[in-house]
Amino acid sequence: MEDFIWLIPLMPLLGAIINGLFGHVLKGKAGLIASIAVLISFLYSVKAFLMVLDGVTFDGDLFTWIAAGSFQANFGLRIDQLSSVMMLVVSGVGFLIHVYANGYMHGDRSVGRFFAYMNLFVFSMLMLVMGNNLLLLYLGWEGVGLCSYLLIGYFYDKPSAAKAGLKAFLVNRVGDFGFAIGIFIIFTTIGTITYSGIFENVERLVSAGVVTTASLLLFMGACGKSAQFPLYIWLPDAMEGPTPVSALIHAATMVTAGVYMVARFSFLFSYSETAMLVIVIIGTFTALFAATMALVNNDIKRVLAYSTISQLGYMFIGVGVGAYAAGVFHLMTHAFFKALLFLGAGAVMHSLADETNIQKMGALYGKIKITALTFIMAWLAISGIPPFSGFFSKDEILANAYAYHPLVWFFGAVGAFITAFYMSRLVFLTFFGESRVDPEVEKHIHESPRVMTIPLMVLAFLAVVGGLVGIPQFVADLWGGSNHFHHFLEPVFAAANERLHLAHLSHALEYGLMLASVLIALGGIYLAYLMYIKKAIDPDALAAKYKGAYTTLYNKYYVDEGIDAGLLNPIVVMSRWLWHFVDERIIDGLVNVSAKIVMLISLLVRRVQTGYVQHYASVMVIGVILVLGYYLFS
Amino acid sequence: MLSIPVHYFLILGAILFGLGVVGVITRRNAIVIFMSIELMLNAVNLTFLAFSNYLNNVEGHIFVFMIMVVAAAEVAVGLAIIVAIFRLRETVHVDDIRLLKW
Repeated sequence: MEDFIWLIPLMPLLGAIINGLFGHVLKGKAGLIASIAVLISFLYSVKAFLMVLDGVTFDGDLFTWIAAGSFQANFGLRIDQLSSVMMLVVSGVGFLIHVYANGYMHGDRSVGRFFAYMNLFVFSMLMLVMGNNLLLLYLGWEGVGLCSYLLIGYFYDKPSAAKAGLKAFLVNRVGDFGFAIGIFIIFTTIGTITYSGIFENVERLVSAGVVTTASLLLFMGACGKSAQFPLYIWLPDAMEGPTPVSALIHAATMVTAGVYMVARFSFLFSYSETAMLVIVIIGTFTALFAATMALVNNDIKRVLAYSTISQLGYMFIGVGVGAYAAGVFHLMTHAFFKALLFLGAGAVMHSLADETNIQKMGALYGKIKITALTFIMAWLAISGIPPFSGFFSKDEILANAYAYHPLVWFFGAVGAFITAFYMSRLVFLTFFGESRVDPEVEKHIHESPRVMTIPLMVLAFLAVVGGLVGIPQFVADLWGGSNHFHHFLEPVFAAANERLHLAHLSHALEYGLMLASVLIALGGIYLAYLMYIKKAIDPDALAAKYKGAYTTLYNKYYVDEGIDAGLLNPIVVMSRWLWHFVDERIIDGLVNVSAKIVMLISLLVRRVQTGYVQHYASVMVIGVILVLGYYLFS
Repeated sequence: MLSIPVHYFLILGAILFGLGVVGVITRRNAIVIFMSIELMLNAVNLTFLAFSNYLNNVEGHIFVFMIMVVAAAEVAVGLAIIVAIFRLRETVHVDDIRLLKW
């Protein structure tokens, strides 16, 4: 296997270098090169996946990267069931989005730069999932963060975009700070950073009493990267980037890095019940909290951003309760349907001259049929309607959450109801009802070019059938099948599962929960139908009636304002004081005083330099006499 | 040969040297300063010769020749400089030549 896997990350890197150096010459061909680079990675990923399917895994070093004293970091890759799934998602969905971006970014003035960043991102993300040690993980982790920053701020002449990029970068730094310290703790305690070395020596972390600290610090990094409370604030603003970026980075791949990391370190986390509990609590809270903010937002991309945060919360519930395979399963299905939703939103914007306000859409179904149909499939998938992919993955997480604690299930179910509602609201307001489109724009509505619609169709296909690889065991038993996804990932999570002993639910309860999920999803859709299609309930009257709640939600719980007032403004005020008082008065004052002293002394001393040769000669003579006198009389 | 005691020569040399120093310090004309320097050099020459005779040692004479050669060279260079300055500024008063002082 090692003869070709190094090509998988290398191809996008090469693409990034070519586009980065010659993008301005290549112009329209930049997208082609970038897409081909990712396609090659995808094909090799499929090859690697097929080998893993046959039971061949790889964990080894390709070359020594850094060696300093006892510290050694090798460029080592680990291709097992988990990373092969991630590689397929990253390169597969990544390829589709690259193709789509060829159409979406057509005519942009610096496509070369765009595709260089995109390819660099794919490279970093592949490094993140393929590395066999923490340092490579961290390399990828920071690499994707950098590309995220660069791509959010891609329209750098737009102040809001530049600001959003900076916000994403800074918030991520908070999480990465904890992540780095977590890595340091693991290295100083165990003395190695390879996954296999860490898993063999987890006991040493336990006996040193740092296993909970290390796990929580690693999770802190995941919180930042995967936009969990309270470090989620950057993701809605990240929608300033081009839509393919939102689909690739802020929906399908980068934000799931935290989930991947927790799943990868499942064995470590299984040693700390506290850390697992924290993950479940934060995941549950985020899933519900972010979903409520999506209820009232009118920006098509921001609704999807809150939805992404919420869905990531579900993934963390999954990996937090110990249902690792379910979390990764949801990661995969979410990558399909959320990438599709974002690309669909991009296609809608493309048709409507970059309009993002859903209050200015409506009745688009007949005009852009392909976009609408694929969007509807993704909507059904995320809402949890069987047999679309989101149903199986979300239901599995919720069932496992119920086994962990019914309260987690309850909050998750409420979140699912809200999810179904706001996604339906989005779909109804965008594609159905009466048209509220600006008449001037309405004349020019057109379906997107085929280079954009074909990726939509492929993703729609995946969003519809993607869940079938992970049909719950108790359903599959009906015809003697099995949960393929679970079985495939089992070797990775076997060690952790053995320690956790997940509670098993009775079949009746599992069926009951499944039925509840379906009813909840249908209920959410029906409520949205009543409000936005039948107009049986007037949403505006509802908003007026519960004005306090509405404005709180509309203003995103004032979290950004709270952070500004509670954290940023004090820092700004104090920095100003440090600047104007400490720096300008005290530090600069000290420097100025020393200079003034020198000047005063010079004013006196320079009088010696009269410029008259005779004065100098006299001083010389007096000097000679003094020196001679000293020698003669002493 | 008349034997004049060596300290006569030394006192004369000292007087000549002192005159030279005073001339250098007090006079403003560069040429006069130059002459005063020559006076100091010759006072030193005189002292050399007196000691040389007193100690019966010819090395003193050799030094005197040496000093005379150096003094001649120095005069040539020095006068050239003074002429150049005079052409430029139409003065040889050292008080007027103080470009180095701002």
